[in-house]
Amino acid sequence: MTMSHVSSIQARLRLAYDQFDLAVDLKLPANGVTVLFGHSGSGKTTLLRCIAGLERPTQGFLKIGETLWQDSDSDFFLPTHRRNLAYVFQEANLFPHLSVRGNLDYAVRRLRTKDRVFPLEQAIELLAIGPLLARLPARLSGGERQRVAIARALAASPDVLLMDEPLASLDEQRKQDILPYLTGLHQALQIPILYVTHSLQEVNQLADHLLVLAAGKAVACGPLAETLTRLDGPMALDRQAASVWQGKLISHEAEYHLSHAEFAGGSLSLPYLDMPIGSPVRIRIYARDVSITLQPPEASSILNILPARVLALSEMGQGQTVVQLAVGDEVLLAHITQKSAMLLGVQPGMAVYVQIKGTSIVR
Amino acid sequence: MLNAADLDTLFLTFRVASLATLLLLLLGTPLAWKLARSRSRWKGVINSIVALPLVLPPTVLGFYLLVLMGPAGVVGKFTQWLGIGTLPFSFGGLVVASVLYSLPFVVQPLQNAFVAMGEAPLEAAATLGAGPLDRFFSVALPLAKPGFLTAGVLGFTHTVGEFGVVLMVGGNIPDKTRVVSVQIYNHVEALEYGQAHWLAGGLLIFSFLVLLLLYNSQQTQALTQSLK
Repeated sequence: MTMSHVSSIQARLRLAYDQFDLAVDLKLPANGVTVLFGHSGSGKTTLLRCIAGLERPTQGFLKIGETLWQDSDSDFFLPTHRRNLAYVFQEANLFPHLSVRGNLDYAVRRLRTKDRVFPLEQAIELLAIGPLLARLPARLSGGERQRVAIARALAASPDVLLMDEPLASLDEQRKQDILPYLTGLHQALQIPILYVTHSLQEVNQLADHLLVLAAGKAVACGPLAETLTRLDGPMALDRQAASVWQGKLISHEAEYHLSHAEFAGGSLSLPYLDMPIGSPVRIRIYARDVSITLQPPEASSILNILPARVLALSEMGQGQTVVQLAVGDEVLLAHITQKSAMLLGVQPGMAVYVQIKGTSIVR
Repeated sequence: MLNAADLDTLFLTFRVASLATLLLLLLGTPLAWKLARSRSRWKGVINSIVALPLVLPPTVLGFYLLVLMGPAGVVGKFTQWLGIGTLPFSFGGLVVASVLYSLPFVVQPLQNAFVAMGEAPLEAAATLGAGPLDRFFSVALPLAKPGFLTAGVLGFTHTVGEFGVVLMVGGNIPDKTRVVSVQIYNHVEALEYGQAHWLAGGLLIFSFLVLLLLYNSQQTQALTQSLK
């Protein structure tokens, strides 16, 4: 396994588009998965295509680590095929005239790097496509095609992996089939992955960093947990707002079908997880599943009750208030009614208890 | 039965059509590729020029070619300067005329094939490190294979079937420019209907069989595509 040699991705891009102008000035981290999230028409795919050189921004400066890909001030534009990247398209976009093996070889024969070559055999194994090698793309299912496309991208040994809604064209079952491979990638790869999606589920599941786009502008950018819970960002105000915590499994309580996991915010009871003690877990806590009390409840059906401190609150309209809380070293969001906030007198700095009605394991 | 002169015309026709088809594919491929991918405002003009032989009477095309390639024409002066004389009433002139006359039958199927494949496979190739020429040979050409089959067959059969342009540019010179269609005309002029039947019937059956082969192969392709 090779370490990333890319220190960071700098992108200052401007492109006049049909409905809006894409204009971003970003510095993205050089490792992990950065999810580009936004609704359709927010410019996330356009941004990815600009980075790939498939669109040519009118003004742009793009640097991947120490390698310059574009600088419109000096009229420099490295064409796509000379950028050491790989791109997984929404439709797998395999070459229909080549077998799966032929598609993989196509990438291997055109390697743009001599060091840090990702072994083809490892790509085949990681995506479990060994049995498919002799087939033509037309004889693969949608999920299989996408796995081959991902393996082909890995075989290209890119410095950066770009993925444009790779799951969007698949049905729910296929998505669930592929997601484990994607989280697996995360561990096997030491290169930055830029992943475009409009699915919050995929954000929660895959992202290490989050870039939120709206109408061609970057409206929030940062580490996942922080960006999800920022009150000045768009994510905390969404009805689906959630906090994502990462921790590890510490014990099982099989008779009640429960497992316990330790987080920076405290330990929580989770639905039973068939994983060994010590396994990393990532959970999502919907803001609407969190309620606030001033005293620890003496008797409650809710198992997960933690002491917390109010950091900030903000009105979301329609009688709702979003409260940002510090729970240990984690940040948690709660959506409560404006009336409850008023009756409890919720204020920044206040010590409270949070009751977490439900958690879901995303990874 | 076919006499020796008839066989000569058949052989000559085959030579003209083969050479013209080869040249058409060589010239037509880059032209079709450019037309399929260009967004230039000249595209309409070039498309119209390429399509002209579809609507013009062959005699009009033949007439202008005759003038251009004749001793006083621009092309004629150039070929004389090159030291190869003038093209009208020669095998070379016949091939040049055939190429122009059959151009749309080759360019249009190729252009359609290049347009139909879309940008997606070419973009995939670019992201995997393939440069423009590499993309053309490794992706565009193989994907346009059915288009090449159609273009080749139509180019060849259309060249075999030409008459007006041949008569204007090539004339009626045995072993040099007398092709099957002209020979049929000669037979009919001489009231040798029996001879005419052999050639005309032969051409009819040949054309039918080639087209049948083409459409059947496309049908099987469409069929296998839909089964996938």
